[in-house]
Amino acid sequence: MIFVFALFLLTLLVITAIAIVRSENLFVSVMLTSIFSLLMAANFFILDAADVALTEAAVGAGITTVIFLSALALTAEREKRRAGGQLVALGAVGILAALIIYATFDKPRLGDPEAPVHQHVAPWYLEKTPEYIDIPNVVTAILSSYRGYDTLGEVFVVFTACIGVLFILGVKPPEQPADRTAESGGLRHHLIPQVVGRLLVPFIVLFGLYTQFHGEYGPGGGFQAGAIIATGVILYALLEGEGEALRAVPRSVLLGLVVGGALLFGGVGIVCMLMGGAFLDYSVLSADPVWGQQLGIIIIEAGVGMAVCGALLSIFHAFAARQSQP
Amino acid sequence: MKLLELLGYFNYWVFAITLVIGLYAVISKANLIKKLIGLSIFQSAVFLMYITMDKVEGGTAPIIQAGVEDQIYSNPLPQVLILTAIVVGVSTLALGLAIVVRINERYGTIEEHEILDAD
Amino acid sequence: MLSAPLIILLQPRGLAWAGATAVALLSFAIAVALTIAVLGGQTQVYAMGGWPAPYGIELAVDSFSALVLLVVTGAGAGALLAARPSIDQQIEHQRQPLFYSAWLLAMSGLAGIVVAADAFNIFVFMEISSLASYVLIAGGPDRRALPAVFKYLIMGTIGATFYLIGVGLIYMMTGTLNLADMEARLGDVTELNPILVAAGFITIGLALKAAVFPLHVWLPNAYTQAPHMITVFLAACATKVAIYVLIRFDYMVFQAKLDDHEAQFALFLMPLAILGILVASAVAMFEGHLKRLLATSSVAQIGYILLGASFVSESGLAASAMHIFNHALAKGGLFLAVACLAFHYSDLRLDQLGGAAKRMPFTCAALVVCGFSLIGIPGTAGFISKWLLITAALETGPMGWLLVAVILVSSLMAVVYIWRIVEKLYFGAPDQDDIAVSEAPLQLLLVTWLVALLNIGFGLFPTVPLTLANASATVLMGYSG
Repeated sequence: MIFVFALFLLTLLVITAIAIVRSENLFVSVMLTSIFSLLMAANFFILDAADVALTEAAVGAGITTVIFLSALALTAEREKRRAGGQLVALGAVGILAALIIYATFDKPRLGDPEAPVHQHVAPWYLEKTPEYIDIPNVVTAILSSYRGYDTLGEVFVVFTACIGVLFILGVKPPEQPADRTAESGGLRHHLIPQVVGRLLVPFIVLFGLYTQFHGEYGPGGGFQAGAIIATGVILYALLEGEGEALRAVPRSVLLGLVVGGALLFGGVGIVCMLMGGAFLDYSVLSADPVWGQQLGIIIIEAGVGMAVCGALLSIFHAFAARQSQP
Repeated sequence: MKLLELLGYFNYWVFAITLVIGLYAVISKANLIKKLIGLSIFQSAVFLMYITMDKVEGGTAPIIQAGVEDQIYSNPLPQVLILTAIVVGVSTLALGLAIVVRINERYGTIEEHEILDAD
Repeated sequence: MLSAPLIILLQPRGLAWAGATAVALLSFAIAVALTIAVLGGQTQVYAMGGWPAPYGIELAVDSFSALVLLVVTGAGAGALLAARPSIDQQIEHQRQPLFYSAWLLAMSGLAGIVVAADAFNIFVFMEISSLASYVLIAGGPDRRALPAVFKYLIMGTIGATFYLIGVGLIYMMTGTLNLADMEARLGDVTELNPILVAAGFITIGLALKAAVFPLHVWLPNAYTQAPHMITVFLAACATKVAIYVLIRFDYMVFQAKLDDHEAQFALFLMPLAILGILVASAVAMFEGHLKRLLATSSVAQIGYILLGASFVSESGLAASAMHIFNHALAKGGLFLAVACLAFHYSDLRLDQLGGAAKRMPFTCAALVVCGFSLIGIPGTAGFISKWLLITAALETGPMGWLLVAVILVSSLMAVVYIWRIVEKLYFGAPDQDDIAVSEAPLQLLLVTWLVALLNIGFGLFPTVPLTLANASATVLMGYSG
């Protein structure tokens, strides 16, 4: 039963992708992309990747759509038709597709427990986590501890994107309208979004916090939490107007979150070194190595959540604050 | 199991097709935002490939349940990698969009050939 | 203990120029320390988080890594030392802290790649450095910087994603991400098709980042439009790191296990290298804009590095490694001189630069020295690597003469385009008659001259880089069966 469903989902995925590319209205494309993300998330869930599904839904369907829409508001809505060049592109990608499909016939079949990918490293993680770290969510264990260095890198990627966007959009747009239009009032005049939205915002933030702290026991963790909390604030901004959102969570706080989060993560690593272990070796953080691991994980996940939330919100504000071209 | 085997291959084919759809959009479309959308489809396809790899027959999400013995779990490692990759992807996208916004301000257009002509 | 990545990773924002430079110099010092340790003969290994590989992520530095690390940190530190006057000229004041922060991130990203021993870790740091580079290039004053960086972003992300696909395929077949582990487990793999496809993806992905012909199209525009000091930094090390990963992956992981591999690498990459060298040098001969000319020449230089690697011999690899080092010195110096020139000549097209030597004698002299190094005149660093390359080419047998011809012809082309620059600078007619000597700011000038002198220094006394290069070659060849 589930296989049929999966097949259905996958086919929908392809159809959506084609629709996205062919549509000339950019707004439609972006909304379809959001649906594409949701389909992906559903697929991930079927494939037992709960954390990834959560992240893809929060980040892909949520944040990505928001950023795209903000950019669209500042640029154009329709794509112009362009002549020529399509055949070559089609040919090239067709060859590529054929090549990949050719390679798939030698791959281990789906779900085969004997496949090399499931030997060696994976069983070790599954076996040893209760012993070394003792938290149920193995994905979080790998993310925060075994491969914590990668996650540190990832936080810095987000950090880079944040300062990058701030840098690029830090230049004043060339033309300012003669009279600055009043600060956008958001959706204040629409009753239904107001009511529903106001109900939702606190729940969203609460859920985000839950995801943050519960990440070791169930799907969740810093990235998802950061994205979800950011979404809550963005919803607030959409409802009340961007100015209000800035009053609620001012820019300096955002910047503090981003920098603080990144430094917190790195700082934990250094503290570990100072206490005699290797960089990011949490076992030295306390007398009991297992508790040390858990402590380390909690702290760095907090750092990740802070950084991601701050970065995403900063990026959103950078886009939203720009006056659109007349 | 024949059905599972078919599904396995189907997953890979969907990956290949989605990949090239995204790539096609990046190469052949002139509108910069369309290119970025294509890029994001392209990247998502790769994520699908990785996650497909991690499924184990009869397994479940790799969250160890207390008191349950002998549970088969799906592979946690690709999930970790893809979590990272998703975040990297969205960061790249944000930067790309910021650049597009600036291009629009300086050039007045976001169609590639018009930009090339303007210089 | 490898504290290098640790220090390099400190990224508080709002760093003024001084802070950024201090950190860069510190990283350089660490790199030197690592190099000394490595010269003693061992590979330095460090397990992150205390988890042993392959469960955890490992860092490893051997002579090849040390060489490239020196280049990266040296270029970063050097460029930052000289940066302030030029950046003040080109970037608004309030954006500067963000800019320097991005610079440090780029540098640490590149350094992170070089010391990594885990395939996915390389991806993460590759993206850190790439994203940071996009930001840096986007700071260019001319509006053409924006489409240039957009193109780079698209091509770079495709490259990174291809790399990711390749790594995924290998992981699927071997179950590990650690490079050394991969090499070991690859022997057990029975079906080779996915591995070949994986190798293809990884190679193409990295080639995109390294600007290997014909995937180099993003480079001339991006380098030309970037702020001048960024061009100095990027030209010296960004693409080299991508080639470093390419070579390392190829030799460590693929070499031993794929039987026809030798043929594949040589047959496939050598013609591309040759084409890159010849076509790029030819185009450079006709370029009218100084920065563009030098940027195009960089594509040719990358061709040289790739050519050496495609010989699959110790001498070839040594030549490549050496050229990584020397080109960084030569091109870095050249672009530093360009930054100096930019102080008085806002338009850097060649026909506007007539008679510049009268006004900025020191700058132009430094430019000439670095130009000589680029061509490979005896006495400069460039000569050493060209010489190694020629000897390596001769070793490949009868085809060697053809290769030597290519190298010589392209060097002649280099003479042509350098001469064009020199001629304009020294013998061209200035547009103003009364020219007083007004040089670039002292800070910038000093660093430029330091680099120029290093070119000569390492040309006459190449022991240190040469030892490293030879050691790298031995290590790399040691992986093959």
